[in-house]
Amino acid sequence: MEKFARTLLVLITESALEKRLIADSQRLGAHGYTVHDVRGGSRLSTREALWEADRSIELKLICSPEVADAIAAHVMATYIPHYSLTLYFASVDVLRPEKF
Amino acid sequence: MIDVVVLFFLLGVFARLVKSDLRLPEPLYETLSIYLLLAIGLKGGIELSKQPVLDLLPQMLACMALGFAIPLVLTPVLRLMGLSRVDAASMAAHYGSVSVVTFAVASAYLAAQGVPAESHAALWVALMEAPGIVAGILLARLGAPSRPGEETQGVNWRELAHDVFLGKSVLLLAGGLLIGTLMGEAGTAPIAPVFLVPFKGLLALFLLELGLVAGGRLGELRRYGVRIVGFALVAPPFLAMAGALTGWALGLSLGGVTIMATLAASASYIAAPTAMRMAVPEANAALSITAALGVTFPFNIVLGVPLYLEMARWLVSGA
Repeated sequence: MEKFARTLLVLITESALEKRLIADSQRLGAHGYTVHDVRGGSRLSTREALWEADRSIELKLICSPEVADAIAAHVMATYIPHYSLTLYFASVDVLRPEKF
Repeated sequence: MIDVVVLFFLLGVFARLVKSDLRLPEPLYETLSIYLLLAIGLKGGIELSKQPVLDLLPQMLACMALGFAIPLVLTPVLRLMGLSRVDAASMAAHYGSVSVVTFAVASAYLAAQGVPAESHAALWVALMEAPGIVAGILLARLGAPSRPGEETQGVNWRELAHDVFLGKSVLLLAGGLLIGTLMGEAGTAPIAPVFLVPFKGLLALFLLELGLVAGGRLGELRRYGVRIVGFALVAPPFLAMAGALTGWALGLSLGGVTIMATLAASASYIAAPTAMRMAVPEANAALSITAALGVTFPFNIVLGVPLYLEMARWLVSGA
């Protein structure tokens, strides 16, 4: 079975950013996305998802390394200064490369 | 006497303080909030269907003006207290907007006391939710940065208007009002057993959840100090006075003046945090939420509402 290398970019952030992040990532070349509602915390704060303003999401994007880099650079420049945001990359193999 | 629903709130706070593992499922919170907004809207709409809406125009305009004016007054006060321009405007926006649950508690309290109020008061809630937020954003965004290093950033007003006016709370409240107005008492009778009869029990359940949320913010109070706690306790009675005077000038009933006072004194912790997070992201969201939800909300539902009823009684009987 032939596999194709792609990058998984995961963004964990405040749910208030969901619409903007999806629009930004599609504009920068992502073909699709997956969103989960999540909760979590750090040494600095806890986001327990108890009510609207406390909700967090995990946004997953599988795309080419170039697109993942472009999205991450945009997110770092635009949102990191004022929002709770964690992002990381992982290498993944996919089967239908045209989908990503 | 304290209303039974307030005890559920206190139970939630207690559960949080003793670190109980009590947690309501997220879908239940969502369901209850949708239910309460629709039910409040429907009740108001049913009453609206009984009277000419145009007669209410002065009330409608006064509500919006009051909501808009509150941040204009509070922002300079908060600046004098040492808050940055964006933090002051953001906090003021939370107090300019209103808390639907505080309104629901005040309505339940008045009903328990046998004090009738204008039944279309839900219309005031729907009208007062947005103007304070808009005023707060304008105050945060307009004018030059007042401190070196403070940023100014453009606001996507179209996106913001969509979120504020078509966001869940205003949409459900206004939708309920419209459905209630169109269908009237007879038309809504088939859904009354779901939306009207069990209202108070479900409000109690929602307050249990809000007690858990508010209890979780209490630990934050130490971080922001006496100034913010003092503001969150002192501002509501003064705002209530402004609301009561507005209601009195409009010729509202005793219950109506109390509701107007409560709305002016209440602070938003649902619509405003979301809107300010998008429009003024550099503002400290935890500061405003801790004040609005951790201090002002408990103060209003436990002590404020009875106080505002007495304030209204004094104003109405003294006139």
